[in-house]
Amino acid sequence: MRFSGFRVIKEALTGHKGWQPLWRNPDPKPAYDYVIVGGGGHGLATAYYLANTFRKARIAVLEKGWLGSGNIGRNTTIIRSNYGLPGNQPFYEFSMKLWEGLEQEFNFNAMVSQRGILNLIHTDAQRDAYRRRGNAMLFSGADAELLDRDRVRDMCPWLNFDNARFPIKGGLMQRRAGTARHDGVAWGYARGADRAGVDLIQNCEVTGFRIEEGRIRGVETSRGYIAAAKVGVAVAGSTSRVMEKAGLRLPIESHVLQAFVSEGLKPLIPGVITFGAGHFYVSQSDKGGLVFGGDIDGYNSYAQRGNMPVIEDVIEGGMALMPMIGRARLLRVWGGIMDMSMDGSPIIDRTPVEGLYLNAGWCYGGFKATPASGYSFAHLLATDTPHETARHFRLDRFARGHVIDEKGMGAQPNLH
Amino acid sequence: MTRLAGGLIDRTRTLSFTFDGRSYQGHPGDTLASALLANDVRLMGRSFKYHRPRGPIAAGSEEPNAMVELRRGARQEPNTRATVAELYEGLEASSQNRLGSLRFDLLAMNDLLSPFFAAGFYYKTFMWPRAFWEKLYEPIIRNAAGLGRLSMQADPDAYDKGYLHCDLLVIGAGAAGLSAALTAARAGAQVILAEEDFLLGGRLLAETHLLDEAPAGGWLAKVEAELAALPNVRIMRRTTVFGTFDHGIFGAVERVADHLPTPGNGVRQTLWRITARRSILAAGATERHIPFANNDRPGIMLAGALRSYANRWAACPGQKVAIFTNNDDGHRTALDLAAKGVEIAGVIDTRGSVSALGNYPVFVDSVVENTRGRLGLKSVTVRSGAKNFDLDCDVLGVSGGWNPNLHLASHHRARPVWNDTLHAFVPGENGPPGMTVAGAAMGQGSTAAAMTAGASAAVAAMEGLGLRAAMPELPRAEKADANLYPLWHVPGKGRAWVDFQNDVTVKDIRLANQENMRPVEHLKRWTTLGMATDQGKTANVTALAVMAELTGKSVAETGTTMFRPPYTGVSLGVLGGGDTGPHFRPRRLTPSHVWAAERGAVFIEVGPWMRAQYFPQAGETEWRQTVDREVLATRQGVGICDVTTLGKVDVQGRDATLFLDRLYANAMASLKVGMVRYGLMLREDGLAYDDGTCARLAEDEYVVTTTTAQAGPVFRHMEYARQCLWPELDVQLVSTTEAWAQFAVAGPNARALLQRVVDNFDLSNEAFPFMACAGLTVCGGLRARLFRISFSGELAYEIAVPSRYGNALMARLVEVGSDLGATPYGTEALGVMRIEKGHAAGNELNGQTTAQMLGMGRMVSAKKDAIGSVMSRREGLLAETRVLVGLQPVDPALPVVAGAHLFTEGDGHSTATDQGWITSACYSPHVGSAIGLGFLANGAMRMGEVVVAANPLQGGEVRVRVVSPHFVDPDGGRLRV
Amino acid sequence: MLIPHPLLGPRDAQEFTYLGDAALLARPDGMAEGALGAFIDYVYLRDNPAGVHRELWFHEQGDRSWLVVTRNTVTHEIIDAQLARDVALARKGAVA
Repeated sequence: MRFSGFRVIKEALTGHKGWQPLWRNPDPKPAYDYVIVGGGGHGLATAYYLANTFRKARIAVLEKGWLGSGNIGRNTTIIRSNYGLPGNQPFYEFSMKLWEGLEQEFNFNAMVSQRGILNLIHTDAQRDAYRRRGNAMLFSGADAELLDRDRVRDMCPWLNFDNARFPIKGGLMQRRAGTARHDGVAWGYARGADRAGVDLIQNCEVTGFRIEEGRIRGVETSRGYIAAAKVGVAVAGSTSRVMEKAGLRLPIESHVLQAFVSEGLKPLIPGVITFGAGHFYVSQSDKGGLVFGGDIDGYNSYAQRGNMPVIEDVIEGGMALMPMIGRARLLRVWGGIMDMSMDGSPIIDRTPVEGLYLNAGWCYGGFKATPASGYSFAHLLATDTPHETARHFRLDRFARGHVIDEKGMGAQPNLH
Repeated sequence: MTRLAGGLIDRTRTLSFTFDGRSYQGHPGDTLASALLANDVRLMGRSFKYHRPRGPIAAGSEEPNAMVELRRGARQEPNTRATVAELYEGLEASSQNRLGSLRFDLLAMNDLLSPFFAAGFYYKTFMWPRAFWEKLYEPIIRNAAGLGRLSMQADPDAYDKGYLHCDLLVIGAGAAGLSAALTAARAGAQVILAEEDFLLGGRLLAETHLLDEAPAGGWLAKVEAELAALPNVRIMRRTTVFGTFDHGIFGAVERVADHLPTPGNGVRQTLWRITARRSILAAGATERHIPFANNDRPGIMLAGALRSYANRWAACPGQKVAIFTNNDDGHRTALDLAAKGVEIAGVIDTRGSVSALGNYPVFVDSVVENTRGRLGLKSVTVRSGAKNFDLDCDVLGVSGGWNPNLHLASHHRARPVWNDTLHAFVPGENGPPGMTVAGAAMGQGSTAAAMTAGASAAVAAMEGLGLRAAMPELPRAEKADANLYPLWHVPGKGRAWVDFQNDVTVKDIRLANQENMRPVEHLKRWTTLGMATDQGKTANVTALAVMAELTGKSVAETGTTMFRPPYTGVSLGVLGGGDTGPHFRPRRLTPSHVWAAERGAVFIEVGPWMRAQYFPQAGETEWRQTVDREVLATRQGVGICDVTTLGKVDVQGRDATLFLDRLYANAMASLKVGMVRYGLMLREDGLAYDDGTCARLAEDEYVVTTTTAQAGPVFRHMEYARQCLWPELDVQLVSTTEAWAQFAVAGPNARALLQRVVDNFDLSNEAFPFMACAGLTVCGGLRARLFRISFSGELAYEIAVPSRYGNALMARLVEVGSDLGATPYGTEALGVMRIEKGHAAGNELNGQTTAQMLGMGRMVSAKKDAIGSVMSRREGLLAETRVLVGLQPVDPALPVVAGAHLFTEGDGHSTATDQGWITSACYSPHVGSAIGLGFLANGAMRMGEVVVAANPLQGGEVRVRVVSPHFVDPDGGRLRV
Repeated sequence: MLIPHPLLGPRDAQEFTYLGDAALLARPDGMAEGALGAFIDYVYLRDNPAGVHRELWFHEQGDRSWLVVTRNTVTHEIIDAQLARDVALARKGAVA
């Protein structure tokens, strides 16, 4: 069934009797050509592109919980391609271009909204760094603008310009950036994959890998053994404990990142804003909630919940930047488990086990990467060669000394 | 005005307030909702999606409907629940989320179009044409969505933050909580009793039960008096414990002044972090409704809320009341209201054999099927067995049972479990350590059970703490069973609301089931169920039960519902804690700050520090003039700069030399006493970490400096190396950054100037050569340290004195050096001179660069095992060809801009052809043009080549010549004179 | 969170700075044969367990002790805290 305004009207007039399940609930088959472990955004996108773009068949996605229950279900919905390093920027710009046609392609309104991102500048050194980054964005084919203080003030007069500890001196703007409805992205990919014949299997936890002579044969699951020629793992947050079952130790730590939403408010901020002198970034959802976040709690955790110091730190940053939000209320705070990699950048690569592929290490930037990550991982699975924009995301880059460290923090995951 | 008799309001005083501009009167003790209901106002809001007219359904913090914008101007507070807003004199409130008036909201047309707005409809449309989303569809949706408005003005109120510690935190001061607090308090424990309401008592305030054959008020007063008199008890009213965190830490917000017109000189709210060794969650329960068609009209309320309004606030939202119930509790409402003289139209009971508790009609085996009344209830349609009839009533109380308020017990992700006897979720295993749940929050809903459970929980908690507690003598109280027979919704054709605020109906749940959005999380996300400001307190369980019914599964199989902090919305103002505006971060001042301020210096934020950026003089109209003057004065005479912010670490001990040799990538063991060496630290991954100087003051005593930015991290790193890596070494560290004020004294006249302040110290080049260091005295006996090091490329020293003398030394140096041209300079001139000299600073040491890139690859010693040396030899690091170069514009009139990227002339400009970037740039008065430093691929081999510095971000492109990064005195002769 | 400091008693975790897995105490010998491989594992690879984890915390706003804290990464329960110096010395004693 194709979704459209016409369809919505027709169903409204006929009692909504015609709506079909968004996807089937198939039982797992004994064998597949491709098994994707993880029904989060990246896993679903991978399956979608494998089936639709690379025209592969006999594909299953195994999800231990419900579809979209990965970090796509609990992020702050920002999409952007404003990276600085050549290993990253072309990839994220590729992702942005995929976002731009995504809804029409998979026929699902994921509310991709290009209302812009504004990274505020508070020091001269920060301006230099943002200039370097903004230029790198332009050279990769993305858009970027450097705004001075007056321009920022015209755009966001309610920011704290006159009474700030760290004055706003300008900003780096990417107008094509914005937000997308995170669950909608998962559902759009899931529905698109299902329609292309992919088996989306929920409540199916992978409990082990069957590896013979260095080659993957299949996966043990809570719903029985499933044979597979190729297995792609995209389980951010759980990567270490899943890959440990294949005997791999990884350059990843799991950390908790808290995210926040306020009660619904009439529109007050246009796009995404990031504070450059504290840990705070914010956007406003179409429903009216301020969606915001800041730093990770900073200690290894699988608990999906954080603690007070970071809650206070983030909101302190928010109040320092936008003192008019003081009368709004926090509605909900939640925690997600991030695959914090050792250089802050992801991994999309083969593993030492033949036929076993890894998509991991997204830190807290995985959401915006969903389309390109899925596309690139599908490319790798289908062709055994990395997609051009993802060729730097190698697992051996740490050993070889080709890290992609945007923040320059070195091998300490909680600083990325 | 409909006031009943009795209640806990103070009728001796009258408070005036306005709602949507109209004036009303109420009494102290009223909430905004109770006062409005007493004034016959029950239309208080509009729903989120369909803009349905709404009145309150509840009497507490679970309220989904009656939300208003409270106060005016900068204090305007959107989405405030009228049911918990205490009335004060002059209160101003407005309805929200409407277009037009509350009675005639133009957006109510959404209600007529509701078939088009079924669950998830927006995922299926608004996709064509693509550009219309941002331009048309989304702006319309955004403006229609949202609830209340912010004023867009800075919050004018002050907030506070505090820390409390106790043996036992009791959350909720109802029957269970008070019994628990009393038990623990008598045992001598430090007890905190937190209650979100402004009165203690919980449901006891709303019920007419007798305790020991007397009204509950007597017992409440007695207990409250005893607790208040005990020094080990802290009673916190108006305090919501909103979150359970790790290790017995709770977040709580105390609404100190929200019940007052303004906070005056005090704070509006206080954020408390309460650390409790044990906790008892006695947060009571929330009544649930039963969805039926058009169950959302003003006048339809939870039956228990009706009781609250009648008994506590002496208010009733109408004249003729019907009750719809599936349990005995509904009958109590009928009984209580009848006792207050309210006409009871009847109790519509789903159960087959029940009898009235008093004199009112009962319709057994009956349900409410539909209702009438556009802006308020007028009648209900009852189906009784096979027949239908209309029952005139303007109030309907609905009672579907009670859901335990287990929220705080699930914040650690412990799953609530379904209890088939109670027909409710109760707190599950693996709740927060140290927490016991008692009373209605555990499903122990009768007064007697709650009291016993609270006291028993306290006894057990005390035992766990090694205290002996005795069960207190508890009053005789009711222990009735509710005899609930579950009914989760009344089947029918019309829309039956489950989540009132977000307009989620049974039909939406049915559609979610039809579209395979069955897992609880899909249901919630697809329909927005439970995502409203009440977090689904009155909706989630019912929705789950409806889904269970649709799928033919049990509720337990269908899933469970967990809650996230905060329990109720908490203002961002209080969570921000008041450390905002200029107080967002501490401000560190340099020792010469006062002197510099008197000289009219312009200051700039450098991390936590405020540093003098430059010292403008009369006649200088532009900062560049000042900076150029400071640079030239330094290079021609002598300049003085406060460099205290650079980190300083004293390193002492028998093994100090060995320790430092392992810390620095370059050789340090050969450093002689009395000498200084430049030191480069790598991270263990082999990239450059920080640089500075290492001065050997004695055989076993060093002082090392770090960059300003890395002072803290490097000290931490050194302690890590000392304690974790090489604990066997005899070495001690202390950060002395703030102990010593340090000044750079630079320029050809530096020696002459210093000679005037040192006490009998030979500064001659022979006695104190370049890179020498010494302890000495200055100004007639003041302890000091002197280092002959240079960041500017000139003959230069850094002199350190105890911090409290810093301001005086700065003044003295400038004063005694006036004939030598002594000129204070700030960070701008400092930056210009270091760029001219080609010294790396923060822009070059950005954590992405290697020693090799910085031109210091050969310094990294392969003869020792220093931190980072092994990893610096990875192939990727060795293959890096970008190195630090100087850049000078071919046309000297053109600017050089940091952040521009470098390209080979003739190449296109793209990621693939990128050759490097400019890290730092300035105008060099010494060179007479702009200059820059940058990393350039194969830079060492490209001296003299012209490359393109492209800065498309600002529309610029400049041809620059690759030169040595040392623009000043490349041989270093000036340093050594 | 509260960290039971072996010298100072329970302290708020906010006073501490976190580094990571206490395996970092076992720094390889940089002069040994095959040092590069050993360092690559040491610097980059982590067990990252969902469960009991020994980790390094620095009492930055306190007494400057580095601690080895044993904590469950699923429940955040803290099982033990020792001075890193003692742990490192014991380890070196055992190694020697």
